[in-house]
Amino acid sequence: MSDLKFVGHDEVRIDGKAKVTGAAQYIDDLEFGPGLLFAEIVESPYAHAEIIGIDTTKAERAEGVVKVVTGKDFPYSFGLYMQDRFVFAQDRVRFVGEQVAAVIARDPVAAKRAARLVKVRYKELTPILHVEDALKEKPLLIHPNLKNYKHVPWFYPQAETNIAHWRKVKKGNMEEGFKEADLVFEDTYTVPRYAHCAIETHGAVGLFDHSRRLTVWAASQSPFTQRNVFAEALAPLGLSHQDVRVIAPCVGGGFGGKAGVSMEILAAALATAVKGNPVKVNWSRAQEFYNTYQRQGVIGKTKIGVKKDGTITALHQTLYWDAGAYVEYGANVVNAAGLSATGPYRIPNVKIDSFCVYTNLPPGGPYRGFGYSEFLFGLESHINETAKKLGMDPVEFRRRNAIKEGDTQTYGGHMNPSGLLQCIDKAAEAIEWGKKAENKSDPTKVIGKGFACFWKAPAMPPNAASSAFIKFNEDGSLNILISAMEIGQGVLTVMAQIAAEVLTVPPSKIRVETPDTDRNPYEWQTVASHITWGTGNAVKKAAEDCREQIFDLVARALGKNRDDLYLENECVCSRTEPDFKQPLRDFVINGFMMKDGTFRGGPIMGRGMFMPEFSSALSDPETSQGGKPNVHYTVGAAAVELEIDRETGRMRIPRVVVAVDVGKAINPGLVKGQVVGGIVQGLATVLYEDMRFDEKGRMLNPNFTDYKIPTAMDIPEQVISIIVEVAQPDGPYGARGVGEHTMIPAAPIIANAIEDALGIRMKSMPLTAEKVALAIKTQDTK
Amino acid sequence: MKRTMTFTLNGRRVRIDVEPQEILLEVLRDRLGVKSPKCGCDKGDCGSCSVMINGKTIRSCLVLAIEVDGQRVMTIEGLMQNNELTPLQQSFIEQNSFQCGFCAPGIILSATELLERNPRPSEEQVKEAIAGNLCRCTGYQPIIDAITHLTRVSVSHQDNEKRKEVRP
Repeated sequence: MSDLKFVGHDEVRIDGKAKVTGAAQYIDDLEFGPGLLFAEIVESPYAHAEIIGIDTTKAERAEGVVKVVTGKDFPYSFGLYMQDRFVFAQDRVRFVGEQVAAVIARDPVAAKRAARLVKVRYKELTPILHVEDALKEKPLLIHPNLKNYKHVPWFYPQAETNIAHWRKVKKGNMEEGFKEADLVFEDTYTVPRYAHCAIETHGAVGLFDHSRRLTVWAASQSPFTQRNVFAEALAPLGLSHQDVRVIAPCVGGGFGGKAGVSMEILAAALATAVKGNPVKVNWSRAQEFYNTYQRQGVIGKTKIGVKKDGTITALHQTLYWDAGAYVEYGANVVNAAGLSATGPYRIPNVKIDSFCVYTNLPPGGPYRGFGYSEFLFGLESHINETAKKLGMDPVEFRRRNAIKEGDTQTYGGHMNPSGLLQCIDKAAEAIEWGKKAENKSDPTKVIGKGFACFWKAPAMPPNAASSAFIKFNEDGSLNILISAMEIGQGVLTVMAQIAAEVLTVPPSKIRVETPDTDRNPYEWQTVASHITWGTGNAVKKAAEDCREQIFDLVARALGKNRDDLYLENECVCSRTEPDFKQPLRDFVINGFMMKDGTFRGGPIMGRGMFMPEFSSALSDPETSQGGKPNVHYTVGAAAVELEIDRETGRMRIPRVVVAVDVGKAINPGLVKGQVVGGIVQGLATVLYEDMRFDEKGRMLNPNFTDYKIPTAMDIPEQVISIIVEVAQPDGPYGARGVGEHTMIPAAPIIANAIEDALGIRMKSMPLTAEKVALAIKTQDTK
Repeated sequence: MKRTMTFTLNGRRVRIDVEPQEILLEVLRDRLGVKSPKCGCDKGDCGSCSVMINGKTIRSCLVLAIEVDGQRVMTIEGLMQNNELTPLQQSFIEQNSFQCGFCAPGIILSATELLERNPRPSEEQVKEAIAGNLCRCTGYQPIIDAITHLTRVSVSHQDNEKRKEVRP
C-alpha cells in the first residue's frame, strides 16, 4: 500500500482557514434573533438534601422574566446506559450545583437576578463524599430506587446498596495462579477526580416552534445520541424522534466532557416551556467544573503473583470508583475499565472486581482515557515494583509479559495484531533506557526515568454504528456528510483523506462539515477513539459506492468494459484504452448526453455504513466470559526522563516519549498532534491538577486560578512521538484509534521516574512538587 | 446612563451607545457581531477573549467597553490584508497549531503582538508571550513551532535579501 496518494500523508487540515481567521462558529457564536431568551439555573447548595418546597412567586414577578420552571414541570429521568439522572432534581438533590429550577428571561442579567429570588426549602441529609462511606454496612442510600432504574443488559446494579454496577471478571484459577507464584504482593493506589477543562464551556440553545418541532443547537460530541435521549426523555410531551433535531457547530474541545447528555437536556426541556422562542443555556466556567461530567476517582487494590523468571501468574484487581451522584454514563467507564484492568499483559489467571459507587459528588463520566488512565496508574506502578522485587529490569519484565496477537483476553476473546513489542523497544531506545542521567552542575537535582505500557479499547455498545453520505458537485468537488464531530482531532480532514484515496479527488476539493441530525446520517458518538476506524470504514464504503456507481454509469453510457475502469487524478480511465480519460466533473451531476440528446446518469451519491457486527456485550455476569465487548485494542509504551529538585520537589521534564501503534496513520501530523496534546494533558493530571472539595461536598476550586491546567511554560522540553503501524485488519487502510491513548500512560511514567530517582513509591495522585518534597523530607529523617 | 463612544474596530470607525458597566467582550460579540474573541472563563484566566488595543493584546472580558473610547481595537477578523492570511496564520495551518480552534484567535493575536515587538524571539520569549492563553488540545509545542518556524523563515528571508544587497 506504499502507493497511497492521500492516506498516510500530512494533508493540511481542511478546517484550518476557518480556525485561524475567526470564521469558525461555535455554539455561543450563533445568532438567534431578538426572540432569544436566556435561562439561569437555580442550583442546589447542598450535596445531599430533600426538597421540601420551592417558592417561585417572587421570581415570576421580577422584571424581564418569562417563565420559571422546577422539577414538577419536568418529572423525567434520562441517561445513556442507565436512567438515573433527572432533567431537574425531583424530591432530592444529590450534589452541590445540581439544577433545581430555572428562570427564563429576556436577558441574562434579568435571569440571574430573578434566579436569586427562587426560594427552595431543603432538609439536609448526610452527604456521602467518600467511597468508603458509601460502602459501609447499611449506608444511607443515595438512590433508594436503584433497583427500578432502566439500564443496559450488561449492568448489574446491587439493590439496597450504593453500588450502581459491579463488573466481575474471572479467568483461570486464582488460587492456583497465586500458588504457582514465587512472589505475591499487593498494594493500594488512589486517583482523585479531574476536570476536562475544554476552553469552551458547554452551551446549548433549544427552540420548540409552533409546529411542535424541537431543535437543539449544542456544543456536542454526540448529536445523534442527544437526539435519541431528548426524544426518549421528552416523549411524555408527545415528541418523537422525527420531531427532534440536533445541530452541532464547531466544538471548542471535548475530551469526553461533551459526550452523552449532561446540561444539554436543559435547553431541550426549557424550550418546550417557552414555545416559539429560542432559549439559551450557557455554562459558566464554574458550572463547567461541577455540573457536566468529571473524571471519576478510583481506589484500586492490586494483587499480583509472579514467578522468579518474571512470568505473571495471576492478577487480582479491585477497583472502587467514586462515580458521583448519577452514573448514567460513568457506570460504563467502570465497566470498560473492569474488562481491561490487566493492562496489555498475558495473564492466565485473572480476577477483576470493578465497583461503580454512588457518592454525593458531581456526576462522573467519560474523560479521555475512559477509566484506563485511572487503573493504569496503579497497575503500571505495581508492575514496576514487581520487577524491582524480582531484581528484573522493568522494561524487560514488561517485554516478557507483553500480550501478543491471539492471546486470550480477560473475557476470553483474542488479542488483535499489535506492535506492542516494537513500541516498548522504540520507547526504551528513545529515552536511552538503562543509561543513567545526572545533572553534574547541580547536585540538588536528581534524574530518574520511568516507563509504562498502555492499552485501550473503544468502550461502546456492540451496535455503535457510523454512516456516511458522499455527494458530488458539478465541478467534481464533493461533500462528505457524516455526524462524527470535529472536536479538534482532525476528523474532517481524515475523512476527506480516506474519500480522496478512493475517489482520487484531493482533500482540498472535499468539504466536510459539522452535522445537523436532519441532514446528516447517523453516528453513535464521537468518543472511544473509534471514529477513524468506524466512521473511516463508513466513509470508505461510501466512496467505494460512488466509485461503483461511476463505473456502472460509464460502462452503460459510454459502452466501456466495466472491469477495465479505474480512477486516476479525478478521471475515469481504462486499462485497455490508454487514451480514454473521462473527467469526473463532466458527468457526476449532469450525466452523459447521448446522440439523441437524452441523458444517462444523474447525481452520484454514495452511502456507507459500518457496525461491528462481531461484537457482543452479553456474557456470564459472574465471570464476563463469553462475549466480545471490545472490538480491538490500541497499544503503546511511554517513557520519561524526570529531573527532581530535592529541596523543593519541583519537577522538570527534559524528555518524554510516546510510542503508539495506530495501525495506519492516515495523517501522521495529526497523530503527532494527538501524542503531544494528550501527553501534556496527562502530565498535568499527575503533576498538579487537583480537584478539591470541602466537607460539605462543595468544589473549592472551580476556576483556572485555583485548578491549574498547563500553560506554554509548563510543557516538557521535548516530546518524542513514535508511530508504529501494525495494521488493524478491519480498519480503513489498517487504521485504529489513537485519540485517548496518548494521555493514559502519563501518571505511571512519572510515578516510576520518581521511584527511580528517589527510591520513593508514591501511591496517591496527584504527585505534586509539594508531596514529593514532603516525601523526600520524610525519607531523609528516617 | 448610556454614553456614546467612538472607536476604530478593525480599521472601521464605530459609534455606539454603551452603559458604563458594559464589558468590551460582550459589546464586541453581542452588539457588534464580532465573534472571534471567545468567552472561556470570564475572569481573565484563559486569554480566549484577547483583542488588541492600540497594538497591545488585552483580555476583553476584563475591560469596560467605555475604556476603548477613541482607541484602536483589532480582533483576528482585522488581521488579514487583501484577503490574504498573514504569514503567522499560514504557519499555524502548516504546523497544525490548533485543534479545536477555540483558543486560536487569541493566541494568534498574542503571537502577532510579540513578533511586531520582537521579530526574532527566543523559544522562551515565545512561551512567555503566549503563557496567558490557555490551550487544552495541542500541548502548545505546535504553536511554539509555528511562531519560531516563522522567525526562522523570515530570518533566512532577510539574510537572502542582505546577500542580494551585497552582490555587486
